[in-house]
Amino acid sequence: MMHHLSSDARTALGRAGISRRSFLKGSGALVVAFSSATVADSLGVVFAQGFNGTGSVQLDSWLAVGRDGIVTAYTGKCDFGQGLYTAQMQLVAEEMCVPLNRVRLIQCDTSITPDQGTTSGQQSHPTNFNQANLALAGATARQALIRMASETLGVPASDLVARDGIVAVKTDSSRSARYGDLIGGRRFNLQLDQSAARKHPREWSVLGTPVPRVDMRDMVMGRFEFVHNVKVPGMLHGRVVRPPEVGATVGSVDDKSIGELPGIVKVVVKGNFVGVVAQKPWQAMQGAERLNVSWTRGTPLAPHTDLYAGIRKQPARDTLLVDSGDVDARLAAAATVLRSTYHHPYQMHASIGSSCAVADVQGDKATLWSATQSAYPTRNTSAMLLGLKPESIRVIYVRGAGCYGLNGADTVTYDAALLSQAIGRPVRVQLSRKDEMAWENFGNAFVIDQRVALDPAGNISVWDYEAWSAARGARPGYNTPGNVVTGFLVGSSPAPFAPRTPAPAPGTPLNNGSNTAPSYIAGRVRESAQGAGVIRSERVLSHRVLSPFFTGPLRAPERLQNTFAHECFMDEVAAHVKADPVEYRLKHLNHARLSAAVRVAAKAATWEQRPSPQPDRPRAGKVSGRGIACVCYEGDNGYVAMVADVTVDQDSGRIQVTRLVIAQDSGPISNPDGMRNQIEGGALQGISRALGEEVTWDDRKITSVDWSSYHSLTLGFAPPTVDIVLLNQTDVEACGSGETSITVVAPAIGNAIFDATGVRLREVPFTPERVLSALRGRSV
Amino acid sequence: MSLLTLKVNGRSQQVEVDPATPLLFVLSDDLELRGPKFGCGLGQCGACTVIVDGQATRSCVTPVSAVTGREVTTLEGLGTAESPHPLQQAFIDEQAAQCGFCLSGVILTAKAFLDRNPRATDEQIQQALSGVLCRCFANVRMLKAIRRYAGERTA
Repeated sequence: MMHHLSSDARTALGRAGISRRSFLKGSGALVVAFSSATVADSLGVVFAQGFNGTGSVQLDSWLAVGRDGIVTAYTGKCDFGQGLYTAQMQLVAEEMCVPLNRVRLIQCDTSITPDQGTTSGQQSHPTNFNQANLALAGATARQALIRMASETLGVPASDLVARDGIVAVKTDSSRSARYGDLIGGRRFNLQLDQSAARKHPREWSVLGTPVPRVDMRDMVMGRFEFVHNVKVPGMLHGRVVRPPEVGATVGSVDDKSIGELPGIVKVVVKGNFVGVVAQKPWQAMQGAERLNVSWTRGTPLAPHTDLYAGIRKQPARDTLLVDSGDVDARLAAAATVLRSTYHHPYQMHASIGSSCAVADVQGDKATLWSATQSAYPTRNTSAMLLGLKPESIRVIYVRGAGCYGLNGADTVTYDAALLSQAIGRPVRVQLSRKDEMAWENFGNAFVIDQRVALDPAGNISVWDYEAWSAARGARPGYNTPGNVVTGFLVGSSPAPFAPRTPAPAPGTPLNNGSNTAPSYIAGRVRESAQGAGVIRSERVLSHRVLSPFFTGPLRAPERLQNTFAHECFMDEVAAHVKADPVEYRLKHLNHARLSAAVRVAAKAATWEQRPSPQPDRPRAGKVSGRGIACVCYEGDNGYVAMVADVTVDQDSGRIQVTRLVIAQDSGPISNPDGMRNQIEGGALQGISRALGEEVTWDDRKITSVDWSSYHSLTLGFAPPTVDIVLLNQTDVEACGSGETSITVVAPAIGNAIFDATGVRLREVPFTPERVLSALRGRSV
Repeated sequence: MSLLTLKVNGRSQQVEVDPATPLLFVLSDDLELRGPKFGCGLGQCGACTVIVDGQATRSCVTPVSAVTGREVTTLEGLGTAESPHPLQQAFIDEQAAQCGFCLSGVILTAKAFLDRNPRATDEQIQQALSGVLCRCFANVRMLKAIRRYAGERTA
């Protein structure tokens, strides 16, 4: 039922060029959407796309109705396992008033879908499910069909209703017109209509219901096509040879060193990019392993143990998010000032499948099958690396292994493209486990200092946040292929790093997209206070320094690190004044939706009102505790609170999370089961990141390069009971739910460990060694 | 290169390969099967899992020559399109996946283990899956689906 293109269709397209005409010939999904007479016309759809990441104002860019009434929708937001494909089908079915099985969806194909930039940051729900883009296209189309039926039937539009692919007279259903007859095979030639009425959630019959994933059956049956499964006739197999050390460059490459190996087709060297192409995947692997490349020594790396001290000392780019101007004076005058420093390591996406892509570069044209979250940007940056025009490249999104952000999908797309161009034949590249883990764009390391002053009543009167984080590269966007390793190796630079001190004045309105500001400050910038809290004496200052490693967005980028520090520190302050952590949070919040999430989570967890830590704690053996954390994700893109129950084994230092209660408000819920799946997965992934995951290195290279050196939890760990309360808010805008739960896991666990033991852990991950060390340091 | 006869998903097939080639590449490249996947190439994650004569086997570290004359079952060979294996049906019913890349490891490891240990406890099932990764962490649903299947087959 999942209508992505068959390999045959892709092949036909790749061979014939990139016109929509040839695409239509090869694709069953689209042939039903357009009669052959209008195929040429539909080329206009391509020209109507916006090429700037903002979608398209043309209705025909989003939707087409076939003569058989099948609705084909085009989206620039892709499904990498989060269930978005199914949810978008529900959206189209709902707004178009057709059953789900009459909807076809084509996602992220630069020759036919709107350019919606990158699918990331749990922005797809807000982008495509509110009064814009795909949702508005559905409403505009339904309104247009009713208008057409009104003319055909000679009945006022107000007397008509759309349902099941027909427009009928409300009082006489025998008088009706089928969508296929009204518009089938023809273009609407309309712009999206901002006034087109969306259906209110109370009218929904498809959206808002737990429609099973349309791709689930094929995945479970082993029939789903991942990018790893794409086959193109004549396809060869490539492997890359990455530098053995950070900063190493190619001295010389001895092609003859693998001359005797069977199946080797070519060794490709371009700058510091080295790859081997062979007939078979195993041959390419062996070739890459055995190829004799002499590399220069890399750049010495500061010891892992100096990470956090080192970050503070480097030239920085400073950003001031909020500054009430009175923080230093008030801290100096305060009777009680509390301070703490939190550390968060580099962590990685570490997709279970190493990244893969297939490229077919033929002369001045190229087709790239890629699991990138950024089909259009990847088209442009690939064009830069290949020396081709962007419009000569077609990027077709095909799902890879779950990515959680900028994993190796973008860089391996460049790898495949470069090798295919060098050899003039289609090439499939899949990275080795080590190449994936040593060279992906890691989540940033953070050092966060915070101070608060307390008023005589024990409330927080000043909150001062100052953080240092390390970054290098990022998503390549439309013009910076050097932001990922392959682009860098062939000579493109990462986005330049420009130190800046002091920081310019804060911009308005408050941009808390990285959750740099804690939820408890007022967030006042000039006349506008857009924070979620009440603390008016506030300063949020960030220092960005250069990382030796590539970094990039990893699920809840920066928001997770910042929230760990905010929410644990808030707990420290509550404990200092012997306040209940829930009550103390609510006292400092000024945000109805976040406060509601906190209250609902606490109630569902039967939260016992008392300060932490709990009294009369035994100092050996197993003890249990509870902790809470919350956040307004990206400031305004989802509201979550989590209560964690943990058991701490004080003899081994092991933490077991026994229960998570999560209250989540993401506006109107499009698919409750899909939302739960995202919240559950995020929560458990958060446990893995909180308890075990940390990028490591020695003096020259990354050493966390496989599953024995990078410590992810497996299916073997006893998962907690996960209780989720979905707060369905139908009169507000849709927001995201893919990155919310993971953001609050580490602080909820850290606060629970404190509750159980009285020990505060200020560095992730909470490994048994760190827990034991902290327990040993307890005052008697 | 050698001409080897493999029995995969009930069908005998001949392939001409280097006998040292890991089984995974023969399955995914020569036989174009989509179930077993390259995750790590080190036998650490489980994505390449197949069942060989009833035993869950990491095909990325198993030379193809080691399975000639033996029954190899991949995820697509477990059930048919019309009639999924009951364990697969349990995964569908529980919507127990996100990206789905890990499913060969999860489903086939659990299947082979429960065939031998039909009355396994939850702890034993988790222990059996301790070398299997799901990086989307659909663990709760997956374990629920496996328990559901285990309960149904012993009921």
